[in-house]
Amino acid sequence: MTTYTKSKIKDLVDGTIDRDTLQQMLSTPKDQDRFVKYIDILQEEVPWDDRIILPLGPKLFIVQRASDKKWMIRSFAGHDFCEWTENWKLHARIRVRDSALRMEELYPRLMAPSTDWQVIREYFCPLSGDLLDVEAPTPWYPVIHDFEPDIETFYRDWLGLDIPERAA
Amino acid sequence: MNIQTDIKEGIVRGGETLKQHRDRLMEATKRTGHYAGLRHMELRDEQPIKYNKLFSRLRAGVVDARETAKKIAASPIVEQEGELCFTLYNAAGDSILTSTGIIIHVGTMGAAIKYMIENGWEENPGIADGDIFCNNDSLIGNVHPCDIHTIVPIFHEGKLIGWVGGVTHVIDTGSVGPGSMSTGQIQRFGDGYSVTCRKIGENDTLKRDWLHESQRMVRTTRYWMLDERTRVAGCHMIRDLVKEVIAEEGIESYWNFAYEAVEHGRVGLQNRIKAMTIPGKYRQVGFVDVPYAHDDVRVPSDFAKVDTIMHTPSEITIRGDGTWKLDFEGSSRWGWHTYNAHQVSFTSGIWVMMTQSLIPTEMINDGAAYGTEFRLPKGTWMNPDDRRVAFSYSWHFLVSSWTALWRGLSRSYFGRGYLEEVNAGNANTSNWLQGGGFNQYDEIHAVNSFECAANGVGASAFGDGISHAAAIWNPEGDMGDMEIWELAEPLVYLGRQIKASSGGAGKYRGGCGFESLRMVWNAKDWTMFFMGNGHITSDWGLMGGYPAASGYRFEAHDTGLKEKIANGDPIPFGGDTDPEHPVYESMLEGARVKRDKQAITTEAMFEDYDLYLNYMRGGPGFGDPLDRVPQSVADDVNGGYLLERFADSVYGVILTPAGDGLRGVDEAATAARRTEIRQQRLAESEPTADWMAREREKILAKDAGTHVQQMFAASFKLGPKFEEDFRAFWSLPEDWKLNEADLPIPSYGREYTMDLSELPDVRTVQLVEE
Repeated sequence: MTTYTKSKIKDLVDGTIDRDTLQQMLSTPKDQDRFVKYIDILQEEVPWDDRIILPLGPKLFIVQRASDKKWMIRSFAGHDFCEWTENWKLHARIRVRDSALRMEELYPRLMAPSTDWQVIREYFCPLSGDLLDVEAPTPWYPVIHDFEPDIETFYRDWLGLDIPERAA
Repeated sequence: MNIQTDIKEGIVRGGETLKQHRDRLMEATKRTGHYAGLRHMELRDEQPIKYNKLFSRLRAGVVDARETAKKIAASPIVEQEGELCFTLYNAAGDSILTSTGIIIHVGTMGAAIKYMIENGWEENPGIADGDIFCNNDSLIGNVHPCDIHTIVPIFHEGKLIGWVGGVTHVIDTGSVGPGSMSTGQIQRFGDGYSVTCRKIGENDTLKRDWLHESQRMVRTTRYWMLDERTRVAGCHMIRDLVKEVIAEEGIESYWNFAYEAVEHGRVGLQNRIKAMTIPGKYRQVGFVDVPYAHDDVRVPSDFAKVDTIMHTPSEITIRGDGTWKLDFEGSSRWGWHTYNAHQVSFTSGIWVMMTQSLIPTEMINDGAAYGTEFRLPKGTWMNPDDRRVAFSYSWHFLVSSWTALWRGLSRSYFGRGYLEEVNAGNANTSNWLQGGGFNQYDEIHAVNSFECAANGVGASAFGDGISHAAAIWNPEGDMGDMEIWELAEPLVYLGRQIKASSGGAGKYRGGCGFESLRMVWNAKDWTMFFMGNGHITSDWGLMGGYPAASGYRFEAHDTGLKEKIANGDPIPFGGDTDPEHPVYESMLEGARVKRDKQAITTEAMFEDYDLYLNYMRGGPGFGDPLDRVPQSVADDVNGGYLLERFADSVYGVILTPAGDGLRGVDEAATAARRTEIRQQRLAESEPTADWMAREREKILAKDAGTHVQQMFAASFKLGPKFEEDFRAFWSLPEDWKLNEADLPIPSYGREYTMDLSELPDVRTVQLVEE
């Protein structure tokens, strides 16, 4: 079975992976123990102790909140948005780029979307101002609930791991 | 009295007719959940070495046929870009394995074979050893008319045992506008030469009537003929290979392999889904602009002269058993343009994507299709219910719809720690420089520059996307050599450079595209047009990354370059890196310049010394740009990938002079600037609920452009659940209605349609849930 050291996986997380190992990771069957090592690495990096259940982004996680065992969506900076089954973006701070002036802070004129066709919606962590997600839909578009993971099946059936305790 | 019925034996090995054979396989597949009812793969399990030997030999053979045959072609689209592919099929038209190249056609040629099977080709026109069939009909599964299929049946001891198909992307199909993916037509009847599974050869010889007719139906006759010889040669090489393999390994082994390989592919997909993804639901959406209410879009019908937005929401459901469903409820209706797609090209093309992450194996076949449930509502742009629709540039929205799927899958890969597979999206693969007239050899000609086989790649979760490198539709991306394009087109290169700031920003940025400045030279009666996204960027970015930049056009006429060149004056050689601060205009005093967001046009007249900028798009970014290593931002500026002012406004990086005109980083000032930007973000943002309350008021007041309202109204009509979800999200009152009929633009096709299946004696093949 393919496997990599925790150190190599940390290099991948840090964006410093060497090309040979990267090529091996891309071209050979996946290492089944990746998830456990990956979570260990992320757990060491976050500034809180609550258990990470699933990473949703570089600075966004589903965690088991230690105080009440509820599964929450939490930012790296420690803001709990909502329970894990909800759309966290509805509980974030948003800035909408819907004018040429705002678009041209990101793109040169003529290379920016036309705001009567498309806007850019930025979702921030209320504690740190970290940019956690960007949507670029038409005006009026509902906020997308982009991921509803089936964590129990994933842990129990696919990885053979115990499902972390979850308060109702 | 007993009546003796004349029961004719079928042509398939064993005596079934093609129809009986396919019906039996499909019934067994449906009944058992295993392809052809193969609960056990006898050859694979009991003789694994032989099975793998068969696979390796045949796979190497189809790849070899592609590499050899492409040298026959003269068209740089085939010879330089590799826009061809060969696929081996079993008797039922299901693909066993395919070559490298434009592997979307793993399904499209199979769809043509299935159409022949379902419509009685066995009886009329008959299918015999040595026959050659041609197909490019998009109404039965082809991507667009310029992908020409050559299909050859394979016989053993007088019985049909399979098929081989070859496809090339030809340079012109004689559509209203020159070029393979033209824009001027709005219906099939102007979309170019369309051939439906026609028998064009017998006894391995092309028929003379076909040769005479087909050549005069297109502008680029020589390329057309040589492309056809490319396809026929490849098909015959593969047919010979199959015969050799059967001679050595036996017909039984080959026959079993031809069906077990498909089941193997199905099971393989399921295993990979379990090995790489996370069960659950993933939602995403793609858009692209169709800006036809513009003077430079000249189409024949007023009802097509409208601005519209194409829309594809998608929901991926991955189940605990490793099966999955892709549902595209809410997608836009087909339209009066050339950006429609058939269900087969839409689904088959998704395998091109999957081979680049989920199933990166050599065993690309119909097994993956049997392992996937697709739902494409009938009447949508990717499953039209009208036989008038045009398809010539179906890719306009195929690439923009699929890029959203990368985001869904990438959430899986990221969650599991397979960061090496994360891809923020693919570029909108454009611009397409197309046109025609008389070329430098004084021949009627058409061009379609395939430089955009090398767009920017989306960022990953471990590093930047590759710049000017790839296109989603051909895993062997290549911009082609300038010298070869200059042989094929009466257009001189004045410059070729990285397109700065075209990649989306992020912790890891999207790969940048590039641009070529072309000068018309030695052309006569020449036209060109633009084809790409302009008002909308298709690629969103992922997990805090920004979308790629969108497109624009630049063309210049009456440039005075003839005199400037004669006088040795400065002329544009590139360097016009920032369209906000244009340079070319100052070098072309008195010229007529069009530099704007109208990135789709129809044929415009060009003369020698006129200029055309061919701008290839970038890919989207990943992660918060404020987390990008500051030195990488300086490197981007120094390398021409980022315009300097965005180092500050996007990345919060304060640059300092580093000698030789290069930039370095002021680390302390950068840290302070990034803190300031984070504070600014919080100050300028608001709780999502507050913004939603204001946006809801806009919806109630119908405060949005007509093109936005038309998009929603059309999606509501075809996607009741999409409308239900929309109304629930915004808490809209019952009396809030949005109907296309109430909008001040025409919506022909809204109520009245006629599907291909309504024609007499036509049985269409339905491969998805509708």
